[in-house]
Amino acid sequence: MTTTTASHHADAHAAGHAHDDHEQSFFVKYLWSTDHKVIGFQYMITGLLMAMIGGYMAYGFRMQLAWPGEWIPGVGFLSSQQYNAYVTTHGTVMIFWFAMPVLIAAFGNWLIPLMIGCDDMAFPRINRLSYQVFLISAVVLIGSFFVDGGAFGGAWTAYPPLSAKATMNLSPLGSTMWVLAVALEFVAFLLGGINFITTAMNARAPGMKMMDIPIVVWMIVVASILFMVSVGPLVAGAAMLVLDQQLGTAFYDPSGGGDPILWQHLFWFFGHPEVYVVLLPAMGVCAEIITCNARKKFFGYKTLLYTVFATGIISFFVWAHHQFVAGIDPRMANVFTITTLIISIPIAEMIFLYIATLAGGQIRLNVPMLWALSFVAEFLLGGVTGIFLGASGSDIYFHDTYFVIAHFHYTFVPIAVIACFAGFTHWIPKMTGKMMNETLGKLHFWTTIVGFNLVFLPLFITGMWGDHRRIYNYDHFPDLSTQALQDLRIASTVGLLIMIAAQGFFVWNLIWTWKKGPAAGNNPWQGTTLEWSTTSPPGHGNFHPMPTVYRGPYEYSVPGAEADFLPQSQPPA
Amino acid sequence: MSFAKPLATLRTSAGLPTGRLALWWLLASEVIIFGGLLASYVMQRLGHPEWAYEAEHTNIWFGAGNTIILLTSSLSAVLAHQAAQTGDGKKAARYLWLTIGGAAWFIVNKAIEWTGEISHGFTITKSGFWSFYYTAAGLHGLHVIAGATAMAIVALDAAKNKELQRVEYVGIYWHLVDVIWIFLFPLLYIAK
Repeated sequence: MTTTTASHHADAHAAGHAHDDHEQSFFVKYLWSTDHKVIGFQYMITGLLMAMIGGYMAYGFRMQLAWPGEWIPGVGFLSSQQYNAYVTTHGTVMIFWFAMPVLIAAFGNWLIPLMIGCDDMAFPRINRLSYQVFLISAVVLIGSFFVDGGAFGGAWTAYPPLSAKATMNLSPLGSTMWVLAVALEFVAFLLGGINFITTAMNARAPGMKMMDIPIVVWMIVVASILFMVSVGPLVAGAAMLVLDQQLGTAFYDPSGGGDPILWQHLFWFFGHPEVYVVLLPAMGVCAEIITCNARKKFFGYKTLLYTVFATGIISFFVWAHHQFVAGIDPRMANVFTITTLIISIPIAEMIFLYIATLAGGQIRLNVPMLWALSFVAEFLLGGVTGIFLGASGSDIYFHDTYFVIAHFHYTFVPIAVIACFAGFTHWIPKMTGKMMNETLGKLHFWTTIVGFNLVFLPLFITGMWGDHRRIYNYDHFPDLSTQALQDLRIASTVGLLIMIAAQGFFVWNLIWTWKKGPAAGNNPWQGTTLEWSTTSPPGHGNFHPMPTVYRGPYEYSVPGAEADFLPQSQPPA
Repeated sequence: MSFAKPLATLRTSAGLPTGRLALWWLLASEVIIFGGLLASYVMQRLGHPEWAYEAEHTNIWFGAGNTIILLTSSLSAVLAHQAAQTGDGKKAARYLWLTIGGAAWFIVNKAIEWTGEISHGFTITKSGFWSFYYTAAGLHGLHVIAGATAMAIVALDAAKNKELQRVEYVGIYWHLVDVIWIFLFPLLYIAK
């Protein structure tokens, strides 16, 4: 009997490690791996490191704004040229090297194969290539700080002629490296995106129909399609910008027959759908967490999908609301005002679905749930303030003020920071096999949320009072150097310091989890989707045996069932 | 290093092979890149009627000749696909090399054409028209080179009767390179 069990165990063990029967070196296992889980970790870690760089930049320029011209601990004196480079790099890094790699690439890599019940991505080597190109793009961007003239300082939107003429931006190499880095990042996400779409379409477990796919997988796939459809013109536009910078063509130079507004169209035709590219995965992550912790079926799964498709389609018809003051035809401004206000309808509908899911549920307020709930609340603030900016009449007054900054940080911080931590705390037990510390998690949550609101609530007010967003030192502007405004700027910077310090709890929690986190078991949150039916962490090949799907993704609290959840892989009784 | 395909590559929930599915998505992304570039060109061109005088200096015979070469090379790509379907990898590889020959001829023509134009002063910085001319045709030329490289890799495998399904995929990609040229030729050479 004992012998049989032992040999059976050995069989299972051998099956689980059939692929790595030879000893793999550290390099092959962690840096050259084609395993989607390892690549997910690579994206996650790189994304978080880049977020630290972006956060450091934010620290530098917020300190300068609160105490202009003074020596900043850890940065030194910040020149106006450096200030511009910091602002530009902060924006670029946080969107392209933090939000996208974490929300789409890391969660996509971790979750898509596990949630649709297969062993890896459809193209594991393209997946690895995608990460490698992404890593090179990050190196190019950081490298631009160390070349002659320093990093590009023409804002993350890179409007020409400032971005096209070295005589204006004073960074002849940095500006081109910035474009190249962004273009490489696009290539990485095109490779990754096609992989995600193909995998979710073609590699689903037997029995998993379209309407059995978990919401977060849908969201990542739709986001990848949006990215692919919107980024193409900007790839061409980036090539044109590099030619303008380095060969002296005049695509964007009116004196040579070009048109600077052309760049704005190409940029925002991508730039606005990009908001939804990062929003949708964040919404998906929070949908999973809210459903699981409300112990209730997601309210209106199909309705949610329709709103997502509607959002995706409408997002291609709103881009010019970024250009109301760029001299576009006022009749066009009316059209884009209307489309912009229309897109708030499906988004509001999504929020209602989340609230309806919560209504009447048996809510568990664990750390991931706190993050997910705060996402809904904080994002709502960001969405509502967007209406002021979407309407061309009021936008003319708010344009390029701190009101805009506060608005989009109330959308992007919930997306990139809050939803990232929600997903991280929810799935890290699955990916590492260890539970995180709840107390440290809650401390981290509350300090981050307090810090975040303290940063950006004052900026709504300074913006309404007229603070222009691209000013290095307000002392040079008598109207803007009042004590009341300066107090609000200092409050905002203090908020940032709290938010940065709060991340210490997160690092502490990671170390605690690594050293003495208790074993998570297969299904610590009693979830229904497929990833919870395998071991934590899942072995090579993910499932042994491969699962078959018999039911929808959110069968919580089904009347008559013994447990309050029915996993997707559980056959009907 | 040998590489074992995971189960994920072999599944077909959507009803068609994973490689072909991914290829169609790749084509979609390419169409949008060129779509953005050509839409920008057309918008600018409509705003600059004087570009018509610049366009008169393009050599329509080079453009037409290259169109014929590229379209003919697509024929051999289709013949390669046909051979691959019957399982004749060697024949498929031969047709693919023929297609690559067409690609090389196209690039050589382009080089001669561009050298002539540049030596007559029609450089990329001469005017907006020439900027778009070199950018669009250059980006297309890069796709010709990339497609030919992919075909060479597939042909080497196909000659050993390996991965024959890929003959079809490079063929589809090659048709895209063709179709893009069909848009570039009238826009850059004929519209005057």
